[in-house]
Amino acid sequence: MSTDNSIKVKDPWFSAKNLKLLRNPFNMENPITVQVLGICSALAVTVQMKPAIVMALSVTIVTGFSNLIIALLRDTIPSRIRIIVQLVVVAALVIIVDQVLKAYVYDVSKKLSVFVGLIITNCILMGRLEAFAMANKPWPSFIDGIGNGLGYGLILVIVAFFREFLGSGKIYGFDVIPQSFYDAGYVNNGLMILPPMALMTIGVIIWVQRSKNPDLQEKN
Amino acid sequence: MVHSNKYILVYSVVMVVVVAVSLTIVAVQLKPAQDDNIRIEKMQNILSSVNISTSEIPKKEVINVYNKFVKRAFAVNMKGDIIESHTEKVFPIEMANELKKAPEDQILPIFVATFENGDSAFIVPLRGKGLWGSIWGYMSFKPDFNTILGCVYDHKSETPGLGAEINTEWFQKYFFGKSIFDEQKEFTSINIIKGGAKDDDPHGVDAISGGTITSKGVEKMLRDNLAGYVAYFKKQMKS
Repeated sequence: MSTDNSIKVKDPWFSAKNLKLLRNPFNMENPITVQVLGICSALAVTVQMKPAIVMALSVTIVTGFSNLIIALLRDTIPSRIRIIVQLVVVAALVIIVDQVLKAYVYDVSKKLSVFVGLIITNCILMGRLEAFAMANKPWPSFIDGIGNGLGYGLILVIVAFFREFLGSGKIYGFDVIPQSFYDAGYVNNGLMILPPMALMTIGVIIWVQRSKNPDLQEKN
Repeated sequence: MVHSNKYILVYSVVMVVVVAVSLTIVAVQLKPAQDDNIRIEKMQNILSSVNISTSEIPKKEVINVYNKFVKRAFAVNMKGDIIESHTEKVFPIEMANELKKAPEDQILPIFVATFENGDSAFIVPLRGKGLWGSIWGYMSFKPDFNTILGCVYDHKSETPGLGAEINTEWFQKYFFGKSIFDEQKEFTSINIIKGGAKDDDPHGVDAISGGTITSKGVEKMLRDNLAGYVAYFKKQMKS
């Protein structure tokens, strides 16, 4: 970020720099697999695809808009109470998302239960607010939030895909394994439904990602 | 930048007021939709206790299906007298609130489902406690007021894979066809037996392995909730 913003009056909305903010969290700066943030909900809501997708969207909306709001307010926030201000903004957004889910996707909101509320304590949020939104303009902050939310959501959906497929023989609630497989003795792996297997799945994802990106590997 | 204490105070007050007002507006706007969801969920539960599955049909249809099968509801007291016979007034009664009252003040709802072949079923609500939080459900009886036709349980936060299994079909199926009165017409309720119930036990079902406390919670819920209905059920059995 060495570009001097006072010379260039306005970046184009989707400049290369901004796109990088959006793209980076998908791979090199993924919140879950690289920064190891937001693991708890990744374990809890990935038994099925549908809750995972709703959770991913909820987190994306909250990260995006809390980054935007904090970036807008960043010059007025007294530094001594900045964490409180950030928490209030995040908490308010999370409550709104929770209420909307309860009103429009009631069954999913029941499945997500406490985890929507726990978005408040999702480390990705506070991490991005402190590290990015407090020091950057609203638009790049918004993009950064959306990017991180989607990067988080991507891992959630991948994990949920494998857990639902192997654990219940379904994808997004639809049966995909033909009955003849079950008749031939195939059994769903009940272990995939339990939280430890989510951790294992994330471990495998981190392994694959690191083996493909030498930059992520420690030198010694 | 260092701000004065006054600035910080004013800043916090303004922030809190703005957030409070916006949250209130959102909550008030969304309340009707949320209440509808809760009502529809209750209808779905009542329907599934008589083995009518509504999970595949759209929300709006559920109300029609409910109105088609459950035309009547009334409420009884501990003594077995009908004290409320307006169907619309019975629906909003919350069993959780009734159980907090003294037994003689409780208003206990019964929903009557009528099927296409003319048979009826009598549905009672259940509320209780599991290991981590509340559990609830509905149980339906055949017109002999003794044999269980169907039941449905759900829970707030039981352990997944263990206690949480009470909301699955395989556990609920154990209860079908069991009876809550013995041959002398004494109330026995249903016993949930660790290690498995005998095959010919008409009042016992298997507990969930690893979910003992939740299973015991279901057993206590049945005993506590059904006890209030015993007087009414006995009256009906005699007549």
